[in-house]
Amino acid sequence: MSRITLEGIAHSYPRSATMALQPIDHVWEQGRAYALLGPSGCGKTTLLNIISGLISPSQGRVLFDGRDVTQLPTEQRNIAQVFQFPVIYDTMTVAENLAFPLKNRRMERAAIKARVAEIADLLDLTNDLPRRARALTVEAKQKVSLGRGLVRADVAAMLFDEPLTVIDPALKWHLRSKLKAVHRALDLLMIYVTHDQVEALTFADEVVVMKDGRVLQVASPAQLFERPEHTFVGYFIGSPGMNLIAAKISDHVAHVSGHDIELGARYPKIKNGEAVIGFRPDFASLVPEGGIPVQVRRVEDLGRRRLARVALGPHEIFANVPEGVSIGGGQAGLTIQQDRLFVYVNDELVLGDRR
Amino acid sequence: MSISLENVTVVSMGASIVTDVSLTIERGSINVLLGPTLAGKTTLMRLMAGLDRPTGGRILVDGQDATGVPVRERSVAMVYQQFMNYPSLTVYENIASPLRVARLKADEIDRRVQRAAAVLGLEPLLGRLPNQLSGGQQQRTAIARAIVKNAELVLFDEPLANLDYKLREELREELPSILREAGSILVYATTEPLEALLLGGLTATLSQGRVVQFGPTPRVYHAPSSIDSARVFSDPPLNEITVIRQNGSLRLGQDLVVPAVGVTAAVPDGVYRVGFRGDLARIGTAWPSSISFSGRVALAEIGGSETFVHVETGLGTFVCVERGVSMRQLGQSVVLHVDADRAFVFDEAGSPVVIAPNA
Repeated sequence: MSRITLEGIAHSYPRSATMALQPIDHVWEQGRAYALLGPSGCGKTTLLNIISGLISPSQGRVLFDGRDVTQLPTEQRNIAQVFQFPVIYDTMTVAENLAFPLKNRRMERAAIKARVAEIADLLDLTNDLPRRARALTVEAKQKVSLGRGLVRADVAAMLFDEPLTVIDPALKWHLRSKLKAVHRALDLLMIYVTHDQVEALTFADEVVVMKDGRVLQVASPAQLFERPEHTFVGYFIGSPGMNLIAAKISDHVAHVSGHDIELGARYPKIKNGEAVIGFRPDFASLVPEGGIPVQVRRVEDLGRRRLARVALGPHEIFANVPEGVSIGGGQAGLTIQQDRLFVYVNDELVLGDRR
Repeated sequence: MSISLENVTVVSMGASIVTDVSLTIERGSINVLLGPTLAGKTTLMRLMAGLDRPTGGRILVDGQDATGVPVRERSVAMVYQQFMNYPSLTVYENIASPLRVARLKADEIDRRVQRAAAVLGLEPLLGRLPNQLSGGQQQRTAIARAIVKNAELVLFDEPLANLDYKLREELREELPSILREAGSILVYATTEPLEALLLGGLTATLSQGRVVQFGPTPRVYHAPSSIDSARVFSDPPLNEITVIRQNGSLRLGQDLVVPAVGVTAAVPDGVYRVGFRGDLARIGTAWPSSISFSGRVALAEIGGSETFVHVETGLGTFVCVERGVSMRQLGQSVVLHVDADRAFVFDEAGSPVVIAPNA
């Protein structure tokens, strides 16, 4: 079994006044898939590098199965890593590439052969085994990088740093489902760093959303989408992100630009009633009549859905245009699914009283 | 102004990079070159820019043969995937640089730089150096520099590929209106179908060095002229099944026979390839006319606004796109319904047999 525990991990780089990473406590469990998601500079790669041992944290401890490894180098941590660009030996064959980490460990030849065959089968690389790595596509090369990590039987965790960046969209689908299959087959702990929400959500059981060195929410993909606990999570996840609008709250009603929006819950305790209401475009629809009156700016055909950009006073809002509804320019009505309408104060989710 | 490629071919080291491409691009709309890596997008752009000579065929600018006329003698600007700015120059001077080269008057330069900066939201950053900018801001600067000189041809080679997902999304939203201001012939290369849809304009789908379809973007999406075009313009990948139509029935795979309904009702007997995007495959609920078969859930990926459910069947694995967050049990047995009214039907050569009615 393997479990990685972060105890009060924090980091600041030399000569930098700001914390690259605010204190974090977290337990990464065996067999789970995690994603670290956030924009450039949010601290996600720093955190990954602390786990892998490339960076020694300014504060806190890293435990592998309870053993303190904070000061141990990467080689002594039994982790495997896949980076943005494939790391393989171009002049070796695929089989030699996969065997390399095992030869270094002086494993028996027959055992090496069996293990290489097993991993090649898992990654659909069997036919490529005799080929020179140089001749492979980027996608296949990235699979070989992954395979080189996986062949070792003692791997406690697989770490990924934006591994799909250089892969074509169509092939990403393939490689992603391969990763999931590997994850299920080998029951490994996997941690995956990315700025791409689709990659993070599709990959992980649990996503850690980060910004400015802080963890904002740790939750399942469904929870992050359906119930963001921070305005940034609402904005960062979803395409486009959550509509966030400054509002004045009085009990169960939000006042926005002279309109009243029913919240479906009571919020009696908000100071001066000052808050932000948030709802995803996916839970807001345009209707020809009724609803909150809005100005239609643009309707986009995105293939699978139509998305409208509308104005409510000074606020710009994205909403779905349901199938069969025809919206020209000018006026339309906006309806919001009440159970998907949230209230935020100082960017944090505030729960209302739904009785 | 217009630029035309006439039967253009590029062969490099014995390999065909571009094969017999004919394409006319005019001012006034965005022209998207959509295709996977190595489809020939960058090669076509380099030809248009006059950076390379074709092996065969001609390039016409306003009807005049411009094959091999070097880029210096043409009015061209280019934005690359990598952020390219002069590191020692401020944002202002970066944007102004092509105007200084053209020896414009200082007040004209200032007017144009301010205008471009306003369009791209760079006004507060004009005094900064590129290394003090985020990736998105650096790329905005490069785009401003490309459009400021009012070049006759502006080429964008996957300009958003190196940006963070969210920055990409924001810039994508803004690009159509930014580019409308430019008044140049605009060519934009991308690997991503969604990007083409957001940009609108015209799209050329490219596959293996050939232009497979060229037309208004929504039309190319909704009415592909070949199976290759549909494949290039689908993300997740196009789902495909081979069917044999005989006496009002469809044979799918070895032993499954279903009624020929929807678009397959009207076609003559024969062998066809049915293509359907993920949103036309639905689990559980039938369409007004469906081609249905059973399978089991192999993978369910929540992608935010959509859930991608991979269903393994005797006919292959298909990706079905469900709205919102959809919880599916792995291994669960399901019935997959394909919308037979909106699916594409191609003959064995990959040509559409029925033109989609919603085109």
